[in-house]
Amino acid sequence: MTTVLAPATVPTSGTEDQRQRFYRVLPELLAEDPRAVAVFAVVGTGYLDPDAVAPVRDRVVDVGIREQLLIGAAGGLALAGLRPIVHTFAPFLVERPFEQLKLDIGHQGSGAVLVSAGGSHDWPAGGETHMGRRDVALLDTLDGWTVHVPGHPDEAEALLRAALPGDDRVYLRLGGTSNAVARPVADGRMQVLRRGFGPTVIAVGPLADRVLEATADLDVTVLYAATVRPFDAATLRATLGEPDVVLVEPYLRDTSTAEVARALRGTRHRVLGLGPGPAELRRYGTVTDHDAAHGLDVPGLRHAITTFVGAR
Amino acid sequence: MRTGYPVPGPIIRRALDLKSGSGVTVVVMTSVSRGFADLGRLMTRMTGDEKHGPSATSTLDVLWVLYDRVLRVDPARLDDPDRDRFLLSKGHGPMAYYAVLAAKGFLDPAVLDGFGGYHSLLGHHPDRTLVPGVEIGAGSLGHGLGLAVGTALGLRISGRTARVVVLTGDAELDEGSNMEAIQYAGRAGLDRLTAVVVDNDSTTTGWPGGIAARFAIEGWSTVDVDGRDHDALERAFATGTGDRPHAVVAHVEKKDS
Repeated sequence: MTTVLAPATVPTSGTEDQRQRFYRVLPELLAEDPRAVAVFAVVGTGYLDPDAVAPVRDRVVDVGIREQLLIGAAGGLALAGLRPIVHTFAPFLVERPFEQLKLDIGHQGSGAVLVSAGGSHDWPAGGETHMGRRDVALLDTLDGWTVHVPGHPDEAEALLRAALPGDDRVYLRLGGTSNAVARPVADGRMQVLRRGFGPTVIAVGPLADRVLEATADLDVTVLYAATVRPFDAATLRATLGEPDVVLVEPYLRDTSTAEVARALRGTRHRVLGLGPGPAELRRYGTVTDHDAAHGLDVPGLRHAITTFVGAR
Repeated sequence: MRTGYPVPGPIIRRALDLKSGSGVTVVVMTSVSRGFADLGRLMTRMTGDEKHGPSATSTLDVLWVLYDRVLRVDPARLDDPDRDRFLLSKGHGPMAYYAVLAAKGFLDPAVLDGFGGYHSLLGHHPDRTLVPGVEIGAGSLGHGLGLAVGTALGLRISGRTARVVVLTGDAELDEGSNMEAIQYAGRAGLDRLTAVVVDNDSTTTGWPGGIAARFAIEGWSTVDVDGRDHDALERAFATGTGDRPHAVVAHVEKKDS
């Protein structure tokens, strides 16, 4: 069951956040691509501009609060040759209709563009039911999903636009917080934000600014990933200094640890995975509260990284 | 109304090159015309048995009428965007389905012999990526109606008038996902969507008031019909008001009776 009243997250700078960008550009994307169909289960429809939607109204489908049908219908739309863009909060997009993702999209050999909102804990006052930190780990059990975790509204828009012409399976995870600047993300590769001789810290999506701040005086390489599946093992190997890797992911801790192990299977290495843990905190409060509780604020990241690096 | 495609038609055989994993499609022309009377023999090629499981045979007459008299499908034009779509939702007991596909030229009858084997294209639940003419892979119950709703929506958005027919079982309707699809299809007025429920009274807890009532209250036209009577089935698929989805409840003998 979905609660539909969660507000779009408030950006820190007073500018548009990733989710608001999605709602604003969606009618334009539909107008540009006759194959594109947006599929909603209520969540988000209230944020669409009715005047902008009017010309493409037949390609904005709201199935009501029916998330199994949300994915099943998307699968059928794909079978009919269209390109579904499917949106709701992460737990209702990935967890509740998980078998529909596996069978109605994957097993059929079809594709879709899933666009989630809410991230791991963008609405902490909504509690555990609206927290989506397990999404990427669950998709890792399926075949052929590309997973984007943009760190800025511009990146989110670019990745969404790039996903539409295909027929593949794409998950776009919109975060409630963003980095100060957008980075080029079109090639799906990790970018070197800082080059050092020591360990490598991989910052995923919206955590890049915090990682840079937390490691400002450390001799580390900082890589930035806005696309985590497929995992860019080549860049990790090519830039590797000391074979110690810290993964800083905004979703479930250690989600990509196995990817790092595969990337470095020929090298003795150590890995530290940081991110929200599986335990239910049973706390409400703010995003800042929850980031701190999961060690994802700057002091928490710095403590975990320096401890790991110092333990060599 | 008899809109079945003419035979002879091409037989399509897809062989799997297991070493490379690539598929090779071979099209073989045949002049063999097969009818309803041939289905039992075709099914025997899969089961090696003169008797067939009730789950398979409960659907046999419905499948035959659909492919012989109702659906506009052609094995020579598998990717025609205007073809009618048949979605076997329940997936179980697909021998009748494969037999009909073979009789109608979608499958080389020779592939029936390997049914369920490692090298076979034909599993105990169908896979659309392996079997020509199969529109969905199924087996886990309660997925076909949602896929059918999406397909019907997609065809409507694309301005196409092809029909979408999805087959479920009465026990399959126990899955709640069906209700999401039934409710939405009615509200959305998906007039090119037909659900046929083959009712062999196998549901665990029953449907008090009848299956058709569930569809009717959600805005579907409905008809109850003898699932063994070909002319009655043909009429049932032809009826409906044309402005809403249509449900055909095809009653057959009770499972295991």
